[in-house]
Amino acid sequence: MTEVIPTKQMPPGLQVENVDDRIMTLNVGPQHPGSGHMRIIVKIDGDYIVDADPDPGYVHRGEEKMAESRNYITNIPHLERPVIHDSCNILYPYVLGVEDLVGIEVPERAKYVRVIAAELNRCIYIQYWLAIYGIFLGHSTMFMWPAGDRELFIDLMEKITGARVTHAYFIPGGVRNDIPANFEDVCLRQVNYFEKRIKEYADIFYDNPILKARTEDAGVLSREDAIRLGTTGSVLRASGVDYDVRIKEPYDVYDELDVHTNVLKEGDSYARSKVPWLDMLESCNIIRQALEKMPKSGSIRTKLKPNPKGGIDEVYRRVETGRGAAGCHIISREKPEPYRLKLSVGSFRNLIALPYLLKGEKLGNMPAVYWSLNYWPVEADR
Amino acid sequence: MSTTETKVPPKHTKKETVPEKTEDTTPAFEKSFVDQIVNQFSDDIEIEYIKENRTKLKVKKEKIVDVAKFIKDNTPFDHAESVTGVDFPDDKEIGVTYHLGSYTDPDYSKQVLALATRAPREETPNPGNDSTKLPSLRNMFYSVEFHEREIFEMLGVYFDGHPDNRRLLLPEDWADLPPLRKDFKNKGR
Repeated sequence: MTEVIPTKQMPPGLQVENVDDRIMTLNVGPQHPGSGHMRIIVKIDGDYIVDADPDPGYVHRGEEKMAESRNYITNIPHLERPVIHDSCNILYPYVLGVEDLVGIEVPERAKYVRVIAAELNRCIYIQYWLAIYGIFLGHSTMFMWPAGDRELFIDLMEKITGARVTHAYFIPGGVRNDIPANFEDVCLRQVNYFEKRIKEYADIFYDNPILKARTEDAGVLSREDAIRLGTTGSVLRASGVDYDVRIKEPYDVYDELDVHTNVLKEGDSYARSKVPWLDMLESCNIIRQALEKMPKSGSIRTKLKPNPKGGIDEVYRRVETGRGAAGCHIISREKPEPYRLKLSVGSFRNLIALPYLLKGEKLGNMPAVYWSLNYWPVEADR
Repeated sequence: MSTTETKVPPKHTKKETVPEKTEDTTPAFEKSFVDQIVNQFSDDIEIEYIKENRTKLKVKKEKIVDVAKFIKDNTPFDHAESVTGVDFPDDKEIGVTYHLGSYTDPDYSKQVLALATRAPREETPNPGNDSTKLPSLRNMFYSVEFHEREIFEMLGVYFDGHPDNRRLLLPEDWADLPPLRKDFKNKGR
């Protein structure tokens, strides 16, 4: 390959690409390579990927810029837009951060309600993700089953919040409204059925020899690389690192519940697809414990003053979302609006692993590797 | 994780930020590793705050690489989980804050160490060709790669030594101000 010498200096941000006849460049996306607009520029030599360059940004909505001109309450509905399926969890670090800034305590009952809502939402997200993973691998049943079973929890969330997705349920100081009267019984029944149901996925999907043949040893991420690249969530735990924010830095009432992490050592696509499924089983345990321990009555919200302000301060809070740790860095300058709000989300952090995993893989393995990263394009772009 | 005994360290809500008596309330564990870093670079480093599980150090931009190298080699912080770029038009500076965490050492799993530095800010930015430059920390903390690319396009901070200073989220033909600067106004706001 001869080096192309540009005739004039290229402005920063652009680069000259050398063309080689042997190498073919493929644009995967930006029209929905899976779900959400995202492009992967793949260079292939025959059937093997020699280079992969993720190109996110097609669903960039400027959430961080928008947050600077809205006050702490009006920020809530738009900040959950990056992941509407996981809207409680993506709001969680923001809400915790604002509580720290403004200095309010959350009632005990509200903390339990939040944990239940967050875990229900985590299952809803993972089911959606799993459905797309199924269709990515040509497994139509695995698309239908999770897409159908997630309706159980969507119904529960609708009972709590009034909305199927985009709940805008968490607010600084607690939650927006109380859970309905007979919710505990309905929830317990649905969770028990849901757990029984997702255990059946093992027979059709996770123990399926065809799935195993396609995903085992595809895109192996070693433990050292997982740490070095700063990956998070299921990607990290599938590579043998025991790290879950719910356990390592418990927020709200997670320290009063018995939470276990699911860690697998293989680091391949199969392990990465299995960890979220195990997380769902764990979520069912957490919901059952929280329902039992939750105070049966009491306040669900500490009232905020109108137009709450923080001092000259900053706060960095993190939680475990369905895709990994999400951090929210809020800088406050005695105004009702944040001076700067940064969301560091799991999808964006895991994206960096994609070029490493794809290099040397066969092109046919690309969907299995790409979606096993538990990646949500809209969240990565924010 | 058990239910009854040992409410392990209070989650940093309001309780411990209210008493503002610096000396006595500074958490000892956090202070120990911060002191280790500060003693090494006494003149070029400044402690912004030491709170429970959260610490922030301000570093001169000339020394940020040395400090990061020292942290990488001598403390358990092994990855950067977030990089925030902030525009401070009043100070004529752009701040960049790296949030470092540790996966390997269980004692440090709660800790987030923030390393902050500032780059000069130009009134009429020309990203990449003006004085708004900082050294890249990618060689020490690999995970900053995409974060630094994002800050380059969003605030116009060019990271020297970054191998891939291309745009990430913005369109390739974006010709306006870097959008997260305070002088880039949202329409209708």
